[in-house]
Amino acid sequence: MSQHELNARNLLCPIPVIRTQNKISELSPGDLLVVYCTDPGTLHDIPAWCRVHGHTLVSAEEQSDEIVITIEVNDA
Amino acid sequence: MTKQRKAVSLISGGLDSMLATKVIQEQGVHVEGINFYTGFCVEGHTHAIRKKDKEKQKKNSSLWVAEQLGIKLHIIDISEEYKDIVLNPKHGYGQNLNPCLDCKIDMVSRAWQWCQDNDFDFVITGEVVGQRPKSQRKETMPIIARESQIEDRLVRPLCAQHLTETLPEREGWIKRDELYDFHGRNRKPQFALAKKLGIEEWSQPAGGCCFLTDASYSKKLQDLWDARGERRYEVDDIMLLKVGRHIRPAKNFKLIVSREEGENNFMRGYRPQFTYLYPTSHGGPLTLIDGTPTEEDLELAARIVARFSQGRDAEKVTLEVVREHNQPAQVVHVKPMPAEEIPEEWYIH
Repeated sequence: MSQHELNARNLLCPIPVIRTQNKISELSPGDLLVVYCTDPGTLHDIPAWCRVHGHTLVSAEEQSDEIVITIEVNDA
Repeated sequence: MTKQRKAVSLISGGLDSMLATKVIQEQGVHVEGINFYTGFCVEGHTHAIRKKDKEKQKKNSSLWVAEQLGIKLHIIDISEEYKDIVLNPKHGYGQNLNPCLDCKIDMVSRAWQWCQDNDFDFVITGEVVGQRPKSQRKETMPIIARESQIEDRLVRPLCAQHLTETLPEREGWIKRDELYDFHGRNRKPQFALAKKLGIEEWSQPAGGCCFLTDASYSKKLQDLWDARGERRYEVDDIMLLKVGRHIRPAKNFKLIVSREEGENNFMRGYRPQFTYLYPTSHGGPLTLIDGTPTEEDLELAARIVARFSQGRDAEKVTLEVVREHNQPAQVVHVKPMPAEEIPEEWYIH
C-alpha cells in the first residue's frame, strides 16, 4: 500500500474527476490517493465518481481555499 | 451457458440517454456509461466560476445519472482531438458553430473503439428520430452508423422500431418489441416511459449541454478566429469565452472585463498569459487584454475599464497596467469613458 498525491488545483470539473480516474487506473487496491482541488464542484463529483466505481471515499474536506479529497483504491 | 452481453451507453446527463440505458438494462444486458469532455460542455463551469451561481447545485449530471442507474461511468477528455471536429466539420454547422452531426459520428466512433478495447458488444445512444434538426433525423441516423464504422452495432432504444434491425436485435441479445418508436420533438412519450421505469427525477440542462449551440458563445468564437485571421483555438481560449464581457475596440485587441467576484478570481489565474489592468483608486474589475495592444490602445482600454469601475462618474480613475505578470505595473490616470460613447458593435454578444 502506498500514498499518492494529485494536484487538480485551478481546474474546473470534470477535469479533476478525469485526472482522478486516470490516476487511479495506475494504482493498486489498498493505495491511497490524496487529490487537491479548488473547484467546489469536486466535493460532489469526485465522491460520486468513487461511488459508481466502488472506491472508498476516506475524507473530503475544505481547508481554507482548497479542497482535499482522500480516496482508498479498491479492486473495482 | 449464454454469454453475458455488454453495452456502453453515451451518457449526456439528460433524460433520453438515461431512458435508453435503462431500457437495455431491463433486458439483462450489462451496461456501462461513457461521457466525452469536449471543452465546450456547459456542465458546471459557469456555476463554478460565477459567485452569484455559488448556491446552485454543482453536481455533474452524467455522474448523477450513472449513480441512479447503478452503472460505471467513464469520463474521457477529448478536448484536444475535438478541435478538428469544430474547425473542419465535414457535415457543416447547425444554427451556430455547433457541428452536431460530426460530433455524434466522432463520439459513436470513439465509443465503438472503447467497446472493442474492453470486450463490449454494442453501443447505445438516446437519439430520437426527428428530435434535433441537424443530427437526429431519419436520414442522418444511417450516416452516423456508417461513418463511425460501427454499422449495425449501434442501438437507439427509444426509436429503434423506426430503424433497420441491428445486430443485437437479430442475434436475440435484445428484443426489438421491447424497444420504442418515439419520434419528433414531443417529449410526452419520454415522460411516460420515465414514469413506467420508476424514474422520477432527471436534469434538464437549459439550452442543451454544449456551448457551441449558444448564439452568443458562437459569436465570440467566430470573433476570435476573425481577429486572429485563422481558425484555431486553445483550450484556454474557449474557457475564457465563457466568462466576462468581451469588448473589441479594434482587430488587434479585445478586453475581457470580469463581471463579478467569482469571474475576477477565475481570471486571476490567467494573468501570467495576458496584459492586464485593474483600477486602484476605486473598486473595479480585473480586465485581461487579448491581442497586441499599442500604448494608445491601452489608454483606451483603461478608460473603458474605468467606466465599469465604481469611479465611473469620477473625474479621474487610477489604474495599474501590467504588461508582464510579476513585473512593475504602469500607473495611469484616465477619465472614464461615458457608457454612451462605447459603441454597441464593440460588445461581442
